[in-house]
Amino acid sequence: MSAHTDTSLEHGDGHGHDDGVSHSTLKGYMTGFVLAVILTAIPFWLVMSGGFAKPTTTALVVLAFAAVQIVVHMIYFLHMNTKSEGGWNMLALIFTVVLVVITLSGSIWVMYHLNHNMMPSMMHDMKNLP
Amino acid sequence: MSDHPDLAKLIFGRLTWDAIPFHEPILLATFIAVLLGGVALLGVVTYYRLWGYLWREWFTSIDHKKIGIMYIVLGLVMLLRGFSDAIMMRLQQAISFGHSVGYLPPEHYDQIFTAHGVIMIFFVAMPLVTGIMNFVVPLQIGARDVAFPFLNNFSFWMTTSGAVLVMMSLFVGEFARTGWLAYPPLSGIAQSPDVGVDYYIWALQIAGVGTLLSGINLLATIVKMRAPGMPLMKMPIFTWTSLCTNVLIVAAFPVLTAVLALLALDRYAGTNFFTNDFGGNAMMYVNLIWIWGHPEVYILILPAFGIFSEVVSTFSRKRLFGYASMVYATVVITVLAYLVWLHHFFTMGSGASVNSFFGITTMIISIPTGAKIFNWLFTMYRGRITFEVPMLWTIGFMVTFAIGGMTGVLLAVPPADFSLHNSLFLVAHFHNVIIGGVLFGLFAGINYWFPKAFGFKLDPFWGKCSFWFWLVGFYFAFMPLYVLGLMGVTRRVSHFDDPSLQIWFQIAAFGALLIALGIASMIIQFVVSFRRRESLRDHTGDPWGGRTLEWSTSSPPPVYNFAFTPQVHDGDAWWQMKQHHYRRPLEGFLPIHMPKNTGAGIILAGISTVFGFAMIWQMWPLVVVSFLALLVVTIGHTFNYKRDYYIPADEVARVEASRTELLANHV
Amino acid sequence: MSETQALPMPHGTGSSEALRFHVPGDHHPENGTLLGFWLYLMSDCLIFACLFAVYGVLGRSYAAGPSGADLFELPLVAINTSLLLLSSITYGFAVLEMQRNRQRATLIWLGITGLLGAGFIGLELHEFAHLIEIGAGPHRSAFLSSFFTLVGTHGLHVTFGIVWLITLMVQVSQKGLILENKRRLMCLSMFWHFLDVVWIGVFSFVYLMGVLP
Repeated sequence: MSAHTDTSLEHGDGHGHDDGVSHSTLKGYMTGFVLAVILTAIPFWLVMSGGFAKPTTTALVVLAFAAVQIVVHMIYFLHMNTKSEGGWNMLALIFTVVLVVITLSGSIWVMYHLNHNMMPSMMHDMKNLP
Repeated sequence: MSDHPDLAKLIFGRLTWDAIPFHEPILLATFIAVLLGGVALLGVVTYYRLWGYLWREWFTSIDHKKIGIMYIVLGLVMLLRGFSDAIMMRLQQAISFGHSVGYLPPEHYDQIFTAHGVIMIFFVAMPLVTGIMNFVVPLQIGARDVAFPFLNNFSFWMTTSGAVLVMMSLFVGEFARTGWLAYPPLSGIAQSPDVGVDYYIWALQIAGVGTLLSGINLLATIVKMRAPGMPLMKMPIFTWTSLCTNVLIVAAFPVLTAVLALLALDRYAGTNFFTNDFGGNAMMYVNLIWIWGHPEVYILILPAFGIFSEVVSTFSRKRLFGYASMVYATVVITVLAYLVWLHHFFTMGSGASVNSFFGITTMIISIPTGAKIFNWLFTMYRGRITFEVPMLWTIGFMVTFAIGGMTGVLLAVPPADFSLHNSLFLVAHFHNVIIGGVLFGLFAGINYWFPKAFGFKLDPFWGKCSFWFWLVGFYFAFMPLYVLGLMGVTRRVSHFDDPSLQIWFQIAAFGALLIALGIASMIIQFVVSFRRRESLRDHTGDPWGGRTLEWSTSSPPPVYNFAFTPQVHDGDAWWQMKQHHYRRPLEGFLPIHMPKNTGAGIILAGISTVFGFAMIWQMWPLVVVSFLALLVVTIGHTFNYKRDYYIPADEVARVEASRTELLANHV
Repeated sequence: MSETQALPMPHGTGSSEALRFHVPGDHHPENGTLLGFWLYLMSDCLIFACLFAVYGVLGRSYAAGPSGADLFELPLVAINTSLLLLSSITYGFAVLEMQRNRQRATLIWLGITGLLGAGFIGLELHEFAHLIEIGAGPHRSAFLSSFFTLVGTHGLHVTFGIVWLITLMVQVSQKGLILENKRRLMCLSMFWHFLDVVWIGVFSFVYLMGVLP
């Protein structure tokens, strides 16, 4: 629901300075797009062609490419920088990333140990945690 | 219900006449009483022709002050419901020994403790906290409203919509019997095939939308709308704690939404997230819900800390001791809140490494909290303390909360937790911190800011009665539970065999009775204060000798809060203004740009209630219709571009002139 | 935390006695819409974080059913990814045209974005239908439950994005590229690119890593 923007208290008609519409450039979008295509194509090619001998290596490479591509999207498509909204966007993003890492790694860590202690017989399934 | 069972089933889903509890005398009597009371209330409103007034001035209002007050009214009304559940449980446990089975059958008792927990956290504590933040924060930062006034109204009504669904479960169908967090597999469709858990899920999902949006709203307000000259480190401490609380809300409630959605999928779509078959894992639910649940604890307590800070410094007539350390302590608590969730289920069996990590992080949290206690004590040290009602609540809090904190550290030791978890010791601990911390804080806040909201103080005599009944009642009600918990008595039990335990439960029931008197005193306090409002009237707008900006404007504040935006130079902005003999401007008023009222919020929330009800009873045609209606009204609302108006300068001048006259006559 | 001020502090006259305690004249706080919407996206991000965590924990609980390697068709996923990536750049073109106040061109690029999004949803539905048909529906195992929910939630977001896009296209053609519509277009832009970021996580973590032995 909040997807629909709400008119805030101040309309800002005639307040060009805080209209919040950042000034994107064709060059920025194209750079981002080309980088994104490359960063998408390589992991797909890697996995579809069989990958490295050890699946773990392949998985780590795929994750690394994903991380880089997320940064590329943040910079070139979402126009993330330390100055937008007085740095608050960046601060919110950093906080969120920290929480995402805590939630993901914490859950997987906790549940892995649970399974390890409580259901050792099923651990062969858990060997290759994604 | 009809001659065509298939058609009735399609339209009404699972809803039949059996869902109405005609066979349960207690429920039926309550139902009739509520019905009569409701009809009487509606009759009074109609008789005095108040519908138009309520609709125009309150229901559709986007004024943050009125929305804040409505939140608090909602919280207090739901407190009555949550407390009746509490006293029913205390009575049952006091008499249900040996051959006596008490008066509540187990399946009813289970619904009561579930409803008590859900209502007290989601529909008492949360609305009260949100209400006070809504009312106070814009005033403290010198703003005229919140960043998104319409969303504010919408959030309130979504919270109300959730509360309505919970109340409906009392009379139509039943509520969950699973405990307030609805752990699967008990809450799964195999063990709870009835509508109870569905009521739980949809009430919380709908209210959760409101909570999340109000969190975003207040965050944007604090970040964007502070008066000029107010950097973060000059914000009043209550605004700081509100900032951190709303960070927690925005970052924690999505987790609740996600995990309840997964539970709903398990129940409705037959997925296998938390089931026992097909690879599901019920402990993943417990893990996720506490990733929300622990921050939730701090969502409630941080604003209370803020209230105590404001109250202590006002009634000690001193600047808050250690402002910066208070801010850092709050921020540290905010971050640590996300690193301790596993201490709620040490016994799950994650092993020594995991348990010791979470045990240590939990104990670390007591450091910033302890720092805060010392800050309050040092603020009082050599202060000129006056023992007004808000200050009494604050002192009661400091003593009570310290005890609750210490039992909390006890529980944080994993080996101790193995014997204490799921016992009445735990129940005593969290009531100790939630009543002694959150509730006392909210009552302090209500007594403190009431004159700002209504222009007259609350009666101190009945306020003091309320405080003493609550304080003494609390100790009588919960200290026995510590004892019982140490003896190994588990929670959520409706019948006991060991007669030697009975005396402790009887003491606890006596405590609950005292708390009931405390609540009654509070109601009397409101009534008496309203009747004596002329003698309790505050003409200055600053009845306590306050320090922050909300006290610089009139009581109640005009709709625009401040005729001119304040310019801040100091953390205690209003105190400094008084030191400099600030004179408010009497001319040169300008038209003020304000948002317009809208009925979209209450309409959308109403449709959401219907949608939730239809989902609960699986009335699929109604689900589709109400969902489409929701979509259409939302999109339609975005086509409304004219959402604001100007208060003409003459009007501002007139309001300000009447205040000038009032000040001249009375001060 | 950074300390920000809504306005530079007006210069006092130097002595503390002459401090000014109100802003004479009109004071406009900054608009908070884009910040508020960003905060909403962050909260949405945490919903996805939970779903990823669930997939991370349950993603190998096949319950003797099919695994990712048995089910996923990477060429289809590659096409889907390209569609979404293309829709990102076309939305970027729409924003560029919006900055030049060219309403028609903006609308055209928005339309193309919507079509690409619809194509993405179409392919995803096709994939889901196929899986359910061969008996690998969401009930089959915890792995499939978490797969369907994670990918489906993303798809649901894209669907709402398309509904919102159509609404905005109507509003832009009615009211033109006024400031409010521009702000709304920027919010949708963030939403759309954000979904693309989530999709990077989905194709890497779910599909690519899912087919590894």
